[in-house]
Amino acid sequence: MSDHIIKFDKVGKSYGSLKVLDGLDFEVKRGEKVTIIGPSGSGKSTVLRVLMTLETINAGVVYVGNEPLWHEQRNGALVPAGEGHLRKMRQQLGMVFQQFNLFPHMTVRRNIAEAPVKVLGLSRKDANLRAEELLEMVGLADQADKYPHQLSGGQQQRVGIARALAMRPKVMLFDEPTSALDPELVGEVLNVIARLASEHDLTMLLVTHEMRFAREVSDRVCFFDKGRIKEQGTPEELFTDPKEQRTRDFLKAVLDA
Amino acid sequence: MLFGIEWDTSSELAFAWSILPMLLIGLWVTVQATVLGFFVALVLGLVLAVLKAAPSRFVSWPARALTEFIRDTPLLIQLFFLYYVLPEYGIVLPAFLTGALALGLQYSAYTSEVYRAGLEAIGRDQREAARALNFPAAHTFTHVLLPQAIPRIIPAMGNYLVSIMKDVPVLSVVTVLEMLNVAKIIGDRTFDYMVPLSMVGGLYLIMTLVASAGVRFLDMRLPKQGLPLK
Repeated sequence: MSDHIIKFDKVGKSYGSLKVLDGLDFEVKRGEKVTIIGPSGSGKSTVLRVLMTLETINAGVVYVGNEPLWHEQRNGALVPAGEGHLRKMRQQLGMVFQQFNLFPHMTVRRNIAEAPVKVLGLSRKDANLRAEELLEMVGLADQADKYPHQLSGGQQQRVGIARALAMRPKVMLFDEPTSALDPELVGEVLNVIARLASEHDLTMLLVTHEMRFAREVSDRVCFFDKGRIKEQGTPEELFTDPKEQRTRDFLKAVLDA
Repeated sequence: MLFGIEWDTSSELAFAWSILPMLLIGLWVTVQATVLGFFVALVLGLVLAVLKAAPSRFVSWPARALTEFIRDTPLLIQLFFLYYVLPEYGIVLPAFLTGALALGLQYSAYTSEVYRAGLEAIGRDQREAARALNFPAAHTFTHVLLPQAIPRIIPAMGNYLVSIMKDVPVLSVVTVLEMLNVAKIIGDRTFDYMVPLSMVGGLYLIMTLVASAGVRFLDMRLPKQGLPLK
């Protein structure tokens, strides 16, 4: 087995004439914590959305494990994947959304337990148990019977994290998980993510504007620009001594803000 | 005499009092036709809404064409068609059932549009969350989209409930003894149309007010976020 769990091989994605991903080559190793930074429109969220199969690609191949995500082998040729293949591949990934995307009509417990019951086939009892363990982990053990609108944004996002983890994914995708939060609520969510990063061998892919946090938790930081990786390296390399002028400009702009 | 009940023509008041039980028998038929017709409209409308949203054009176009056809032809023609033409093909339904079915069919075209609007109003984020969690499509529909759509469509559906109720007298043309038909028969036999027709109007007003109040009550009671799943 190769050591990468995710691989983008010359992946292209465009909306009309706008190229969001432009021949992107990108690899993530098993257990690696990778942060993606970059200006808006640079394609950083698209990488996560393509992996979660929320957006298709126009060119190239994406691998999860050793299997193509968007393609299937048929008679030795790669053909666009059917829903069955996508369902199987999707199982390995979990996603945390910028706007939380909780189900507003379900209790917190049900939000987390629904997929384990319907998709993994757990009994309602076991799934509820799993949900409660995860709520304990994100510090919301006493909120299981509440509905999302009764929680603060930070609490909702922690439920969102628990919900994704309940499916036991190999890779967790965080799409700007704190961008929609009031500043004073950002910390509680970042703490949960940081703890996940330090305690688990989970592979994590994080798109964020929290530079200090990116520096603390990631093994590698990738700076995206115009649908490609402009520069990447360890947090030290990228934040203290960026090689590219474009990276320097970006970091100066966000760090001064 | 109607339904084995005699009328008393000694005074207007006595007449009104004596025909009230007959009208109430008709009212009960009206209520039954309304409930059955509304039920058919809710179920068939949902089916049409799902078909119209199908990814395949071979499914969505016929469903759309059917909706358009039903909406753009009069209820009376559909009713006659079901009542007089179907028996030629060996399908003989009682008048009441035919009438309720025609009402349901007619209104399913309208309710399907209500469902469609209600479902489309749900944000893309909900579909994406369901997809990321790998929900089967049917489960996303029944447990994510529909429970959130229902509270939003209650007021519009309530309007159609009242409309169906007011369209029930059309069934009298295929001999259904709903309230207006009963009143007309009383008028034909006693030569007093004024009293029974006024009473029908009054009873209708009470019925629609009660139905509207019920819908409003439901609208206020259901949580706006969707039917709760605990």
